[in-house]
Amino acid sequence: MIISVASGKGGTGKTTVATNLAVSFGSGCTLLDCDVEEPNAHLFLHPHIDRSETVTTFVPVVDESRCSACRKCADICRFCAITVIGEKVLVFPELCHSCGGCQVVCPENAISDGQRELGVIEWGMGTGVPVIQGRIRVGEAMSPPLIRKVRAAADTEDQIIIDAPPGTSCPVIAAMRGADFILMVTEPTPFGLHDLKLAVGAVQMLGIPCGLVINRADMGDDRVRGYALAERLPILLEIPFDRKIAEAYSCGRMIVEVMPEWKEKFRELLQQIKVEILASSWRRKER
Amino acid sequence: MRELVVVSGKGGTGKTSLTAAFSHLADNHIVCDADVDAADLHLLLAPDVKERHEFMGGGKAIVDPERCTRCGQCRELCRFDAIDDEFVVDAIACEGCGVCVDLCPVGAIDFPIQKCGEWFVSETRVGPMVHARLGIAEENSGKLVSCIRREASRLAEANGQELIITDGPPGIGCPVIAAIGGATALVLVVEPTVSGLHDMVRLTDLASHFRVPCLLCVNKFDLNPEMTGRLEDMARERKIAVVGRVPFDPLFTEAMIAGRTIVEYREDAPVAAAIRQIWQNIAGSPAMNSYGIRITS
Ligand code: SF4
Ligand code: SF4
Repeated sequence: MIISVASGKGGTGKTTVATNLAVSFGSGCTLLDCDVEEPNAHLFLHPHIDRSETVTTFVPVVDESRCSACRKCADICRFCAITVIGEKVLVFPELCHSCGGCQVVCPENAISDGQRELGVIEWGMGTGVPVIQGRIRVGEAMSPPLIRKVRAAADTEDQIIIDAPPGTSCPVIAAMRGADFILMVTEPTPFGLHDLKLAVGAVQMLGIPCGLVINRADMGDDRVRGYALAERLPILLEIPFDRKIAEAYSCGRMIVEVMPEWKEKFRELLQQIKVEILASSWRRKER
Repeated sequence: MRELVVVSGKGGTGKTSLTAAFSHLADNHIVCDADVDAADLHLLLAPDVKERHEFMGGGKAIVDPERCTRCGQCRELCRFDAIDDEFVVDAIACEGCGVCVDLCPVGAIDFPIQKCGEWFVSETRVGPMVHARLGIAEENSGKLVSCIRREASRLAEANGQELIITDGPPGIGCPVIAAIGGATALVLVVEPTVSGLHDMVRLTDLASHFRVPCLLCVNKFDLNPEMTGRLEDMARERKIAVVGRVPFDPLFTEAMIAGRTIVEYREDAPVAAAIRQIWQNIAGSPAMNSYGIRITS
């Protein structure tokens, strides 16, 4: 089972929910930090990193002695990552999407495999939970390929909890596709609601069952709950604003550490998610 | 012309609420919402849309089953596994590289250009605003950010406005890179948490990569005064000017629900006074007043 913890708006408590859920689950669960631009789960789970791998992606390298400046590579590249100026080919590796088109069309076989570093994947044992995290290289713009690599690094036998990046564009999609359930963390404010609607739109496009966690549930208004009702999105957990939680968070401590009674609530949350997944598979069969 | 970009690394630090407050305090300026993926500034500034433009991204491949001979060439070429064994392209997986389109031996693949968002020029009570909406699950957010920044500076030029205040996207990836290149200065809105500290380091690394000076503003500083001190020490170490601290205050949420900026909602509140002071510090900071660092295009 793969649960992807997402949120349209950043800072709603996505990492808090993902990490607390993972430790409440017990053994057989791995946390994947796919928020590769700002991976934060390690600040709470303190994994001891024992393995690390650099992830690269293909970029063309042109052998000038073979190149006849025919421009075929520049013509096929939709991303302006390779151009010919005069008799010279110029590659802009940071614009390359690694489609390999230039290499396929080159009649002189002048293009060989080069690499651009996307970032690293790290493995380590955290507080009771194994953690796999991606960390994008500073200055690298494309996170989806790294996110896909982090996901591929997980053992499929395991229960997987994904800490997804915020937003609704391609990085989030890479962290949600193929999940069994999306747990959407939101807050009952106008910003929270607005971004939630966008994120739910993305989830619906992917056709994955989804439920909500409302964080800082007592600070704001009732419009998120109204929206959830209208869209038939189950609210699976509400976490009130508590200075104790906020302060613990600020020092890198989890809710279940400062208030162990929450462990039970996160276990219940997990049970509810399982029920929701079952219910949605029945609904699909009925249709 | 100068451009101030408000960024946060981690989302949800109060970046948009502060951007809105700054834009209420500044004169003769344009507001630009470059957080195109989850644009929220309009909820506080209630823009009256004057112009609406389509934003066209790249193409997506569509195999025409009538013309397709099922030779399998496209499936072999596609590095994104976007074409299934029935020769149907998964629009979400398709990267839009067009390699299959160009190399299909019978020319059976179409490549329609996709509309992937919209951008707007609007009037608000604090001045003109340029903003956008990226389609759900779309790529090209960086291009849309560049597009609206270009429009904002064109408009400012035409209207004789001196300043652009931009609400930047979260993270350090493609949209942020597009939002900060060539800016006059960045205001980092950071919360005093371990995540805030961690993200601030990555963000300032990125800023120095692009040679843009940073200013630090700690939001909700009283949630962890010790961590606030650490953030400010880190800032000084990295030659980042500290422009102020904002206390935690539920008034932010109330103002948001009322659709007002915090400085309008409760003018006499201590938090409003703190923000006015911060704005003075930003406007008077050396970073915002040293001409010649901006790469004019
Ligand atoms: S691999 Fe694709 S994106 Fe990269 S340079 Fe070649 S054609 Fe362009
Ligand atoms: S356009 Fe590129 S990514 Fe899309 S289906 Fe064709 S080869 Fe694959």
